[in-house]
Amino acid sequence: MPDYLPHTDDERAEMLAFLGLSSLEELFDHVPEAMRLAGGLTLPAGLSEPDVAEHVAHWGDANRATTQRLVCFAGAGAYDHEVPAVVRALSSRSEFVTAYTPYQPEVAQGILQAIFEFQTMISRLSGLPIANASLYDGATALVEAVNMAAGATSRSKLILSSGIHPHWRAVVRTFARGTGHEVIEVPLVDGVTQWGSVDTSGAAAIVAAYPNYLGVLEDLAPAKSLATTEGALFVVAADPIGASVLHTAGHWGADVVVGEGQPLGTALAFGGPYLGLFACTEAQIRRLPGRLVGETVDTEGRRAFVTTLRAREQDIRREKATSNVCTNQTLMAVTAAIQMGWLGTNGLREVATRCAQGAHYAAQQLVALDGIDLVSSQPFLREFALTTPLSADIVLNRLVDEGFLGGVSALSLCGGEDPSLPGDVLERTIVVAVTEKRTKADIDQLVAAFAKAVK
Amino acid sequence: MTKIYSGGRAKSAPLLGRDTEPTIFEISSPGRSSYQLRTTGVPETPLASFIPAEHLATEVVPLAEVSERDLVGHFTRLSHRQFSVDLGAYPLGSCTMKYNPKFCDAVAADPRLNSVHPAAPAPLIQGWLELLVTLEETLCEITGMSAATLQPAAGAAGELTGLLLMRAYHEANGDARRRVLIPDSAHGTNPASVTLGGYEVTTIPSDERGLVDLAALKAALGPDVAGIMLTNPNTVGLFEEEITEIAAAVHEVGGLLYYDGANLNAILGVVRPGDMGFDIVHMNLHKTFATPHGGGGPGAGPVAVSSRLVEFLPGPKATRGDDGTFSWSTPAHSIGRVHGWHGNAMVLARALAYIEVHGGDGLTRVAQHAVLNANWLRKRLEATLPAAYDRPCMHECVLTSSELKAAYGVRALDVAKSLLEEGFHAPTVYFPLIVDEALMFEPTETESLQTLEALAEALETIAQRAADTPELVQGAPWSTPVTRVDEARAARTLIPTEDAATRL
Repeated sequence: MPDYLPHTDDERAEMLAFLGLSSLEELFDHVPEAMRLAGGLTLPAGLSEPDVAEHVAHWGDANRATTQRLVCFAGAGAYDHEVPAVVRALSSRSEFVTAYTPYQPEVAQGILQAIFEFQTMISRLSGLPIANASLYDGATALVEAVNMAAGATSRSKLILSSGIHPHWRAVVRTFARGTGHEVIEVPLVDGVTQWGSVDTSGAAAIVAAYPNYLGVLEDLAPAKSLATTEGALFVVAADPIGASVLHTAGHWGADVVVGEGQPLGTALAFGGPYLGLFACTEAQIRRLPGRLVGETVDTEGRRAFVTTLRAREQDIRREKATSNVCTNQTLMAVTAAIQMGWLGTNGLREVATRCAQGAHYAAQQLVALDGIDLVSSQPFLREFALTTPLSADIVLNRLVDEGFLGGVSALSLCGGEDPSLPGDVLERTIVVAVTEKRTKADIDQLVAAFAKAVK
Repeated sequence: MTKIYSGGRAKSAPLLGRDTEPTIFEISSPGRSSYQLRTTGVPETPLASFIPAEHLATEVVPLAEVSERDLVGHFTRLSHRQFSVDLGAYPLGSCTMKYNPKFCDAVAADPRLNSVHPAAPAPLIQGWLELLVTLEETLCEITGMSAATLQPAAGAAGELTGLLLMRAYHEANGDARRRVLIPDSAHGTNPASVTLGGYEVTTIPSDERGLVDLAALKAALGPDVAGIMLTNPNTVGLFEEEITEIAAAVHEVGGLLYYDGANLNAILGVVRPGDMGFDIVHMNLHKTFATPHGGGGPGAGPVAVSSRLVEFLPGPKATRGDDGTFSWSTPAHSIGRVHGWHGNAMVLARALAYIEVHGGDGLTRVAQHAVLNANWLRKRLEATLPAAYDRPCMHECVLTSSELKAAYGVRALDVAKSLLEEGFHAPTVYFPLIVDEALMFEPTETESLQTLEALAEALETIAQRAADTPELVQGAPWSTPVTRVDEARAARTLIPTEDAATRL
């Protein structure tokens, strides 16, 4: 029977004898007999690793949407960026992979320092002085941000641009069931948030996206000014790649910046594990969710790193904690630090620039086709939304036949009516992303496939 | 018994020198680089030609500028300053630091799973959907529940999801309830999750056995109680033997039972939460099913529920159709999404691979040997560090060093730090809160008898040292990459980044 137990029969007998027992079953004698499971679990018998590998191959082969089988122009919060061999090799070192949370700093300086470097990089890309050690993903980071805003303002009204990724807004709505927060989603016109169209009085948070899920780079000044007027925290969901060439969210006046860190070295991975990015001003530090690493010294005066401001965390504050987060996504944060180290100052800018060049080249070719229009006239970076004369699902299916994951249907993201787009437009909208991995030939072929698909 | 210090003791680990490692910013040199990007042929149009100046950065955000060789050296040296399961035994109570099979790493790295875009339409991801359905069905069999969501990214996320399910259930019955009961031995995430779920915490004391005080529990029950959150075995490592009575009492007032699955690894194939009367169960796949902890995540915290809660589960869920194909569907009264996509999918795939290797019998053997190891260690250390509760434990044991404190002024923390010096990771200390000078050991089933013996001997050595030269124990560790760190200073003079004005 395959397993990973080291016990020999003799050792097992010796250990049981030491405990005065004669069988493993007797270890559970204090568990009431009546509730014990008779006959064990109804599961298949154990298999050897090579046998399980056959199952894995079966599942893997049944997925057509791999980046090997379809050229990926899908984005919508998950991007097919280059992750080089060196980043994969370093981030899969078992010292990082098989460690636990660095509760014992004397033997955890490796992860603590890597997180410190990660926090520094995220702080710089956010334009804010504090960044935590990561959260689960972008959506749950946004939940933590609005909870922070509600705590800071003692208010419960959340004003969200409907340019925020539809899944993120859905997650905020779910968790508002518990906190009782009121969630108001502001419509877009031409891809731009119409802040004046809703009652923002008494808001705890004004939440904008940069860029938004349709790819649009909105002018954030009106949102900032609204937050200032209302005395709300200004929360920005920002893309970390874009932050290398665009103004940082901090530059726009954000109090809290959240983001999806997947583009920083993490595979598409069917949506997880990714990592939530979270940065804030010094004024909010006592409400910071999750773990934070700080620099200090050891007893011999050497530089050392340690998790700090622990009094905020759930294991100490219990029911008074402002967040229940315990685990974060450390391995993804370490990976992001390595990827950003590999890219460096110039590489990240180069990636952002190439994405933008590819996206604009693709958009120009696509709008030249009959029946294809951009959803918004506003500026964008690496992603844009277009409408087709047919339903997005039909067009995307036809693109698959030509070898492309040609984008993401906006209706599938929203799951139904949505304030971001009128109903008849939503159903025909495809969000297209272009990364630095897409060549001119890829784009030209995609355009040709679109031309065929929309006929 | 042959005393070979095989396996778990890491005293041979080479840690070169005792210098600090510079930060990546300190080794950065302007003009150096390591990145290489694909040749694309895309026209190199300046950004300013299509993005208005009001958006474009006017200053460069500095990251680091290093060669690939420097990058590899830096992170490899950092990795050498890090304890891990692969390096040595990690008996950190409550955290279940068992061996993580390399095979599951290979599954997670398979590009046929790992390179799939999460927004791809269902017909293109049939393999993933089948995997998720198979895992859900398997977890339901293991827990004795009806259906599960795989979205929560970690145990605490699962807890909050479970509480929102509890709330949705009561609200659907037009039944506003206010309080959730939690034993005083609970994990800190429990009360924090209750608050975020919109409920108030009522704490139930433990009795002298370390179990829930049944009389106090019954006294706290009432029609405003939404439910109770229990860990079983509890955080003291003991099985709540009166669980049937507890379940009946809570159900009688219309409350639900929430099972914190942090310790599910102790009861696999022996007893199931569903059969104990629980309505909601979260699992920590990174504990029970050995997906690696990654230095503090990623985890995965699926939540399984009994039949009356199925319609409230988060969606969309992978679903098996009658025709053998798979699709997404959302339960009728779903609470909504709790994750940006489908949960920590690669962690889910690792867990399923682990379960399939073990099978039903193998999982039972996992629980049996986890409990065997913990009880052996508890008894082996009786004379040195007595158990806080003199009863058989489950997969972990809570010992106390209160005698060392009274006699020599040596605290549990000092014992834990000294263990680092001896080549083992420290146990969890000062948890659960109800035990004085608590040292919580969870040896896990993957450590050998020789490793456990070496661990016990190391603790005996430390206890003797506490009597002979307490200052050596109080100041330990001495030969780790850094010695004890000034935590007070880190909090007082916060330096969270390289750019902090207060930098040393």
